[in-house]
Amino acid sequence: MKSIRLKTACAVLAGIAIGMSAALPAGAVTPKHGGILKFVVPAEPPSFDAHRETTFALIHPLRPFYSLLIRVNPDNPSSTTDFVCDVCEGPVPKPTDGGKTYTFKIRKDVKFHNGDHLFAQDVVATYQKIISPPAGVVSARKAYYVMVDSVTAPDHFTVVFKLKYPSGAFIPALAVPFNFLYQKSQLDQDMHWYEKNINGSGAFRFKDREAGAVIRGVRNPDYFVKGRPYLDGFDAIFAKKESLRVQAIRGDRAAIEFRGFPPKSRDDLVKALGKDITVETSDWNCVLLTTINHKRKPFDDVRVRRALTLAIDRWGGSQYLSKIAIVKTVGGIVFPGHALAANKKELQEIAGYWPDLKKSRAEARKLLKEAGVDLSKTYYFNNRAVDQPYKIVGTWLIDQWKQVGLKFEQHVFPTGPFYDVLRQKKEYDVSADFNCQSIVNPLVDVSKFLSDDRSGSQYGQWQDREVDALFDKMNQSADPKEQRKLMREMEKLTLDTHANGFITLWWNRIIPHRSYVKGWKISPSHYLNQSLDNVWLDK
Amino acid sequence: MNTDSMTHATSGADAELELAAPRAPFFKALGKWVRLQPLGAASGLGVIFMIFVAVFAPHLAPHDPVTTNYESMAQAPSFAYWLGTDQFGRDLLSRVIWGARTALFIGFTSAILGSTLGLVLGVTSAYFAGWFDLLFQRVMDVFLAFPLIIMALAVVAIFGTGPGNVIIAITIPFIPRCARVVRSNALTIREMPYIDAARALGYSHTRIILRHMAPNCMAPYLIMLTTFLGQAILLEASLSYLGLGVQEPIAAWGLMLQGGAEEYAESAPWIAIFPGLAITLAVFAFNLFGDSVRDTLDPKLRAR
Repeated sequence: MKSIRLKTACAVLAGIAIGMSAALPAGAVTPKHGGILKFVVPAEPPSFDAHRETTFALIHPLRPFYSLLIRVNPDNPSSTTDFVCDVCEGPVPKPTDGGKTYTFKIRKDVKFHNGDHLFAQDVVATYQKIISPPAGVVSARKAYYVMVDSVTAPDHFTVVFKLKYPSGAFIPALAVPFNFLYQKSQLDQDMHWYEKNINGSGAFRFKDREAGAVIRGVRNPDYFVKGRPYLDGFDAIFAKKESLRVQAIRGDRAAIEFRGFPPKSRDDLVKALGKDITVETSDWNCVLLTTINHKRKPFDDVRVRRALTLAIDRWGGSQYLSKIAIVKTVGGIVFPGHALAANKKELQEIAGYWPDLKKSRAEARKLLKEAGVDLSKTYYFNNRAVDQPYKIVGTWLIDQWKQVGLKFEQHVFPTGPFYDVLRQKKEYDVSADFNCQSIVNPLVDVSKFLSDDRSGSQYGQWQDREVDALFDKMNQSADPKEQRKLMREMEKLTLDTHANGFITLWWNRIIPHRSYVKGWKISPSHYLNQSLDNVWLDK
Repeated sequence: MNTDSMTHATSGADAELELAAPRAPFFKALGKWVRLQPLGAASGLGVIFMIFVAVFAPHLAPHDPVTTNYESMAQAPSFAYWLGTDQFGRDLLSRVIWGARTALFIGFTSAILGSTLGLVLGVTSAYFAGWFDLLFQRVMDVFLAFPLIIMALAVVAIFGTGPGNVIIAITIPFIPRCARVVRSNALTIREMPYIDAARALGYSHTRIILRHMAPNCMAPYLIMLTTFLGQAILLEASLSYLGLGVQEPIAAWGLMLQGGAEEYAESAPWIAIFPGLAITLAVFAFNLFGDSVRDTLDPKLRAR
């Protein structure tokens, strides 16, 4: 009798064990608690206020201190449509009122690091600062929320967004990782307080900062996700030089760099460290553009602009440049792989993407001749003094244009003066430019191609009302098929028919990291999935 | 007819005699100099070789230095590419050859400009003396307080990159250095009786400075000029290495070094080695040559 009970108990235990192991994904390992994650960051944050800044240099060291209303799913960050609640409860709410009202329920267990509870009013104050900042307060992404009519908090744990019109761009815009939730009482006292101070509700608390060297965070014991974070803390170490960052990982002074390394550095690390290095790669929601100055002759002539794009061998460039630079994918104005992006067949119908390069360049030469371009003249190409990928792609572009007889001299400037030439002085003929976004949200991301009186980031000085109209129509359409059709029309006009500006190649994100770093998954943006609450060290 | 022929023959012989007369002492002097300064002579040959390479770069380079060839990226030295290729598939030998042109163009232009302006300003300062000299020398002190590279960096930061601006950036810090050296020599010349005589004859200041004083400061001027040549090449390479000099796709040694030194040091070391070697040899040759010129022209050293 006793042995039967023992056998039964053993069988039950074995069954439970098998059941539990079956419930875990294949190869899943139980996360370990403890340890300090050391990572390198190529630049320091200009300020601590995420609402005003646009750089990864803020996100990487500071995002772990803050929560968001919703975020990309940290377990599936490569998806462009998978969003989950952060401080809200349950799944991301569906809209009501014909797609014009979103009601979020806020968790009751969220606390700021100063010990105060986070309420719906804090969320409202945060979004009001982002969407309609008071005079003197900068909000870098307020244009993302043009569809928002109001944000209100009917009670302490409910936030209601009312939209002017239904918009597929709204939920992705809410998940932007720069939307750190701030405390209302702090904002009421001083709207600029967060520029120099930190008080979030994220998985880590601010420990200290050594200017120019490191920002440290420690585990937040009151974090609202129980059992998280796994790490005891993190050290965000600033190192400007790429070689220094590579050597830091090689020498195990740091475990990871979240922005991305060029292929050569990846190869060196893999060669040196073998299985101790894990490499993750992804298409990157960053594209290197070429902005053409429409006010400078001969680039005011659409034939010359078309010739510029027709000269470029994008398909070949993708193959070769991906070996030496962080660019790879050939694409149009939409992030490749997104439902709204052009497929290869559609791309090959656009000037500059034709499969027959000889035909393309012959057409370019013909257009230049027709336009009477002075081929003995050297034109001005403005570029940013950053190797990856700007200077490398710039050198490639100059060679491509040389193939059709156009001579360009590359003028390279550090970031500040580069923008000065691009945005203020406008002394360039053609300039390198980029469009880097966090959340993949094409309906908003393509706003860079609108007329310069509509888009805050279009520096080519063109007005194209046809493109503007297509953009508006697309953003007010709820039908994905119609959106896609309109996007194709906008793309064809922008890149081909009017040749307002053009795309070179989309970036390719390569993250070689120490293999003991677990739980972190690559996303299509170096701004995303940086809360570090799910990261652990397998040491 | 005959007379004419005779005249031609005579004048031809005279011309030969006239040409031959200065030639003998020149070659004699050159031979003596080679015996006295063998290192200087060797470095002089190096300098001549560099100038030859720079002048005939289009004929000597086996490939176009700027055309990319993505089929041949970062290839090791081979028969097809004697010094290998860089990360863009460009032939390194061709880029080193064309790089000599960039280095010498920037080096010679900035060294000549810097030392010539320094000569004129140094002589002018010594000639006028008094409060002008005092004020001018304090301004020179300010410029001299900055190390060469820092001063050049500051100038590039103001004017921007590109060959023209690099020349300005290198020229400006050279001026006070040459002016200071030349001034000390010019102070002595200023007291010479022939300067007093020129003044007494009512010559203008410009004429006295440029025609009577400056030519007599040629020894320190030439010494500074040859010294500056090596420094200018090194400065140009340093600025380009820092990304502040000439820009891609122009072939320049510092730029080539910058492109290859960090990322490709392990897997394709030739990308950095050959331009590095070119910079080293060029600077070495110009410095040795400059030293020899100084030893030859400086009367104190010559006496020894």
